Amino acid sequence: MNIAVRVAVLTAALVCAGTIAARAQDRTVKIGVLSDMSSLFSENSGPGSLVAAKLAVEDFNPAANGLKVEIVSADHQNKADIGANIARQWFDVDHVDAIVDMATSSVALAVNELAREKNRVLLVSAAATSDLTGGKCSPNTIHWSYDTWMLAHGTGKALVAAGGDTWFFITADYAFGQALERDTTAVILANGGKVVGSVRHPINVNDFSSFLLQAQASKAKVVGLANAGGDTVNAIKQSAEFGLTKNGQQLAGLLVFIADVHALGLEAAQGLVLTASWYWDMTDGNRAFTKRWRAERPGRFPTMVHAGVYSSVIHYLKTVAALKGDADGRTVIAKMKEMPTDDPLFGKGVVRADGRKVHDAYLFQVKTPQESKYPGDYYKLRATIPAAEAFRPLKDGGCPLVTN
Amino acid sequence: MFEIFGLPSQALFGQLLLGLINGSFYALLSLGLAVIFGMLNIINFSHGAQYMMGAFTAYLLLQYVGLGYWASLVVAPIVVGATGIIIERAFLQHLRKLDPLYGLLLTFGLALIIEGLFRNTYGSSGLPYQVPATLQGGRNLGFMFLPNYRAWVIVFSLVVCLATWYAIERTRLGSYLRAATENPVLVRAFGINVPRMITLTYGFGVGLAALAGVMAAPIYNVSPQMGSDLIIVVFAVVVIGGMGSIMGAIVTGFALGLVEGLTKVFFPEASNTVIFVIMAIVLLVRPAGLFGRAV
Repeated sequence: MNIAVRVAVLTAALVCAGTIAARAQDRTVKIGVLSDMSSLFSENSGPGSLVAAKLAVEDFNPAANGLKVEIVSADHQNKADIGANIARQWFDVDHVDAIVDMATSSVALAVNELAREKNRVLLVSAAATSDLTGGKCSPNTIHWSYDTWMLAHGTGKALVAAGGDTWFFITADYAFGQALERDTTAVILANGGKVVGSVRHPINVNDFSSFLLQAQASKAKVVGLANAGGDTVNAIKQSAEFGLTKNGQQLAGLLVFIADVHALGLEAAQGLVLTASWYWDMTDGNRAFTKRWRAERPGRFPTMVHAGVYSSVIHYLKTVAALKGDADGRTVIAKMKEMPTDDPLFGKGVVRADGRKVHDAYLFQVKTPQESKYPGDYYKLRATIPAAEAFRPLKDGGCPLVTN
Repeated sequence: MFEIFGLPSQALFGQLLLGLINGSFYALLSLGLAVIFGMLNIINFSHGAQYMMGAFTAYLLLQYVGLGYWASLVVAPIVVGATGIIIERAFLQHLRKLDPLYGLLLTFGLALIIEGLFRNTYGSSGLPYQVPATLQGGRNLGFMFLPNYRAWVIVFSLVVCLATWYAIERTRLGSYLRAATENPVLVRAFGINVPRMITLTYGFGVGLAALAGVMAAPIYNVSPQMGSDLIIVVFAVVVIGGMGSIMGAIVTGFALGLVEGLTKVFFPEASNTVIFVIMAIVLLVRPAGLFGRAV
């Protein structure tokens, strides 16, 4: 082949590729699932969130709405710098429009700033820190499933009311744990209880016995676990060993997912009180979703994070379809706040001005092995916290978007 | 009651004992590593994965075969040790004449594959395993509540550590093994099957990791990443103790457990860094480790 022919072929190829790319670009919405895909939170979010996002796209039926939806995913390894790098590449190079799931508070706070800077969409379902709708709130972010304020109020208030008025905290030493301890402390004090001590442990530790011993020595009535995932499982498992509850102290897992209960076994987890905004076995809609989800993730049960990813992706796609075309991140989020939400998992709801998605929360208690009748039959409902009370009042968050 | 560093002595004794218990896991694991490195010159990076396999084997034996903790304590190390033997026969024996770095890379890759396979099958949040019925409960020592199971862990791992040390340093079999490391050709000339001995030694080291895994199953979360969380610390222990020194691994394992236990009381945030600080200092002052010979 001579040079002229080569150049011609190459040019033709490039032109074709260019037109195809351009045509694809104006109709394609790209969603990135950024999560912990391999470590201690990956069962509560991670690959299960990817499945939830795919189910949401399936149910939305993009073709009927004139859209093409593409989903990408990545593992941020719970490290803020890695997470921010992936997000930056997604925004700058891969043209990702929205990031969903967003596990781990420290990473979420970093990506929160990045999404604001690049004017894209961030829909947080997995990270918990209530700062995302407080001081750090952003016109580009919506916080979906739950937050530390909701957990603190659900579990904290119920336990103080039941007589657990002195607390000792075992707290994971990063953004999430600190926010959860702070929010729960506020609830305890407001309800007339007191905090007698706390200990901060690094994330992902194996042995809690030393911290449990300190908790025992504090003589507090309630030992609050302000940690998550494998850390919570280890702490609960070892507290049973050290006879914490047998000696009259009560254990409060402030963030317990169904995957954690599964890991503990009902024998060790029974009686635990926890707050969640979604449980797979509550409604027919939830059970139908669970059945489809479990086809992809056998042996597991979806968490409120997975449900939140589904719900947020549905609402996001509805909004993009309603806006008909290329709106920037801030416009999409503003429209998402304007439109009421409606999906089979969370029902009807709204997104507030500070970016908080509002829905009911539930106080559950883990069943005893005798009470559990079939696989995944883990929770009994103790109380429903209505949407209006489940989340921090709009005026208390200190979010600049609210005052302006 | 008196106070030490502003802490009631009772609380301090409790923490020291807990440190020793954690140290017994470090000791068991670093012992296996030291045996493999000292005898075979292989830096076994899949040790953490093999520890995890031990814990999972205990779970699977209970779930599908109905074998309890005590049987697992014997069966799991044999099963996992057998997989170690397969790995040695299939891969490691071909690397014997190369730089130890090749072995490190190979075992590191194997560790990632094994962990990935378990994660894919069982998920990452872990599986339940109960403390055996005979060891449930605990006793009040006056200064702390000591669960019976933890007491068992410390006694049993001490016995295993000392027995291993004795077998390698004081018996005829151990002397063959050490001689084979120094000069395999000469030992072979005496009619001893050196390759088989090396294979079995690797299997034994892996079995030790699995044994630690079974012992960890009732108290730590049985999850695919349980080994990778621990293995880095254990490597630090081996480096501090001196690569390949059996007694060094045992003593350093227990000692670092103590140091870590104390850190958890006075500055808990630093409890997972302190061992690496010590490692850096030891490397600066005594590059061969506390019990190692200069090479």
